[in-house]
Amino acid sequence: MNILVCLKQVPDTETQIKVAPDSKSIVTDNIKWVMNPYDEYAVEEGLRLKEKFGGEVTIIGVGPTRVTESIRTALAMGADKGILVDDPALTGSDSLGIAKILAAVIKDLDYNLILCGKQGVDDDYGVVGSNLAELLGIPQISIVLKLEVSEDGSTVKAHREVEGGILVIEAPLPALITAQKGLNEPRYASLPGIMKAKKKPLDVKTISDLGLDAGQVGESGAKIKIMQITPPEERGAGKIVEGETPQEKAANLAKLLHEEAKII
Amino acid sequence: MDFSFTEEQMMFREQIIRFAKKEIVPRVQEHDLRGEFDFQSFRKLGDFGILGLHFPEELGGSNADVVTSVLAGEALGEAGVDGGLTLAYGAHTFLCGDTIFAHGTDSQREKYIPKLASGEWIGCMGLTEPAAGSDVAAISTRAEKRGDRYILNGNKMFITNGPVADVAVVYAKIGKDLKHAGISTFIVEKGTAGFSTGKNLIKMGVRASHTSELIFEDCEIPEENLIGQEGAGFLMAMQTVEWDRSALLAPFIGGMTYVLKKCARYAKERYQFGRPIAEFQAIKHKLADIKIFIEAARSLTYRIAWCKDQGRPLNHLEAAVAKLFIGDWSLKPANDAMVLHGGYGYCHEYEVERYFRDSRLAPIGGGTSEITKMIISKLI
Ligand SMILES: Cc1cc2nc3c(=O)[nH]c(=O)nc-3n(C[C@H](O)[C@H](O)[C@H](O)COP(=O)(O)OP(=O)(O)OC[C@H]3O[C@@H](n4cnc5c(N)ncnc54)[C@H](O)[C@@H]3O)c2cc1C
Ligand SMILES: Cc1cc2nc3c(=O)[nH]c(=O)nc-3n(C[C@H](O)[C@H](O)[C@H](O)COP(=O)(O)OP(=O)(O)OC[C@H]3O[C@@H](n4cnc5c(N)ncnc54)[C@H](O)[C@@H]3O)c2cc1C
Repeated sequence: MNILVCLKQVPDTETQIKVAPDSKSIVTDNIKWVMNPYDEYAVEEGLRLKEKFGGEVTIIGVGPTRVTESIRTALAMGADKGILVDDPALTGSDSLGIAKILAAVIKDLDYNLILCGKQGVDDDYGVVGSNLAELLGIPQISIVLKLEVSEDGSTVKAHREVEGGILVIEAPLPALITAQKGLNEPRYASLPGIMKAKKKPLDVKTISDLGLDAGQVGESGAKIKIMQITPPEERGAGKIVEGETPQEKAANLAKLLHEEAKII
Repeated sequence: MDFSFTEEQMMFREQIIRFAKKEIVPRVQEHDLRGEFDFQSFRKLGDFGILGLHFPEELGGSNADVVTSVLAGEALGEAGVDGGLTLAYGAHTFLCGDTIFAHGTDSQREKYIPKLASGEWIGCMGLTEPAAGSDVAAISTRAEKRGDRYILNGNKMFITNGPVADVAVVYAKIGKDLKHAGISTFIVEKGTAGFSTGKNLIKMGVRASHTSELIFEDCEIPEENLIGQEGAGFLMAMQTVEWDRSALLAPFIGGMTYVLKKCARYAKERYQFGRPIAEFQAIKHKLADIKIFIEAARSLTYRIAWCKDQGRPLNHLEAAVAKLFIGDWSLKPANDAMVLHGGYGYCHEYEVERYFRDSRLAPIGGGTSEITKMIISKLI
């Protein structure tokens, strides 16, 4: 079973994000970049399926050179090879542009299953996986909590959480799955794994290698445009509700909720 | 001279910090408070590969060099792991495991190293005795050869992991009292008749590591449990001490980095006299002093690790300098960190208090500062 995992690199969730002076991007100096947490579940699921069915896990990333670090981490966890698409023309790509690039990489590969994270924790669009499945013309099941591949490797059954229950969807392979938190418990890379990853193949491609031109991806090919990024409003100071007795405090609180917060 | 870490070392460091923050750190405060050894975390360190990093892969290790082993210890501290668990790891891996690995026979290695590397077994090392600490040559535990067996008699004191260990590396004297020359090293397994341990000592710090006496009363062990030659024990003890004075201290340095981050955050958030205390020069100086300690301590420790990796002969002077610096000079920055937190720094919840107590072991364990200074002055 050959599995492809699409991997994005995002700022560490502990990073303090600062908006750049142009108000359309963030300051990227001093950011610690990590593998998108939802992609970790995708990598882990790919490795478990490989352990069960054999085959290879290939990691595909799009972005600047620093993304190789995250691809190497996935290789250290046990994936077999990596592909990075790195091209200056990619700057400003939207989710559709990224999906087009991934589709161009994937069309020449032999695969049974594609795994993505359900969303990138940076911009939270959550559509690259769906776009990619559409471009490839294969079934997609998103936000998956549990995955079962049939013994003969021909179909996949995926569990999704829906209001009040679990929805189970079956699809023939090849298919694309996007991973939700809870799908599994991702492993850590061991030192021997890290040393082995050093020798695993990692191909770097440009968009012309993929037969794409700059007009299809990057800013010029984007369907959406970022108008402005603003930091969330700073939280105001808290308020201590006054009152001599608990009853009086409760009454004052009710009054504030009604008159000031206007929520009751 | 190359001061850089490899990409792989940096990646491994990241993995350790993530692993420790998620799997271990949430449990340390409770175990410290109760003075309990955390078996679950210890086993997880084994699963992750930390307990056997520098052993070969065939024996369940990861083939790491010494620099990487030190880096791992430092990363554990930096993630916020307490000094108790890291001491337990140090005594297990370097004092017990490494002695068997470095001086043992193939069959001794095959029998013990995989179990120690995985954490299935816990190891300890017994050198100190109730009446012989600094004066190692004065130990009085005896080993008497009778046929194909040795009979051990005597007591060991302050033994890290003593109450929880499955296997002990024990130093004892053979034959007439030959001072250093008579000291030999033995492996004793838990459950051997005549071997028992005392109760867990209640300590000021490193509370999540258990410490006790080891008691030998006509304890009979097979002759194949001798490590190396009869009389070769003193040299082994001295080599062990070199680990003691480098890799074992790395978690304290990492711990200081953890504490420094807490201090910097606290100093920016805590307002007194209408501004963050970080704006007062007295606080700025404390932060700077802590950072200076960390950088100097790292340089000393990694240099020893690097020398070991280069296969240089034992350098007692450098090891003693590092041990003394980390032990004695950490007292002030650890104190600064606590003071900077005001009244909160004195309370358990804020963790700097735990670090303060844990780091107090550094000037005692593995040779006191007085002894270390004696060594340094003798060698210059
Ligand atoms: C938490 C903990 C864990 C430990 N773990 C282990 C372990 O796993 N295995 C093990 O074998 N040991 C262990 N030890 C023992 C440790 O190595 C000894 O405590 C240490 O070497 C000091 O020996 P002592 O306690 O007998 O003190 P002593 O040797 O009695 O020293 C008492 C004081 O006298 C000073 N002194 C002694 N001789 C001189 C001198 N010539 N000149 C000047 N001053 C001198 C010392 O510096 C010290 O201040 C541990 C100790 C502690 C506290
Ligand atoms: C066990 C215990 C018992 C106590 N009992 C009592 C009690 O019974 N009654 C009571 O009222 N209080 C009590 N206290 C409170 C104690 O008096 C305060 O903790 C102490 O005065 C410090 O105040 P703080 O903790 O708010 O620290 P902070 O004032 O926030 O100080 C934090 C740090 O900033 C430094 N700092 C602050 N201002 C400056 C400045 N201008 N320049 C340079 N450095 C500065 C401080 O020295 C300290 O290092 C107790 C505290 C403890 C720990």
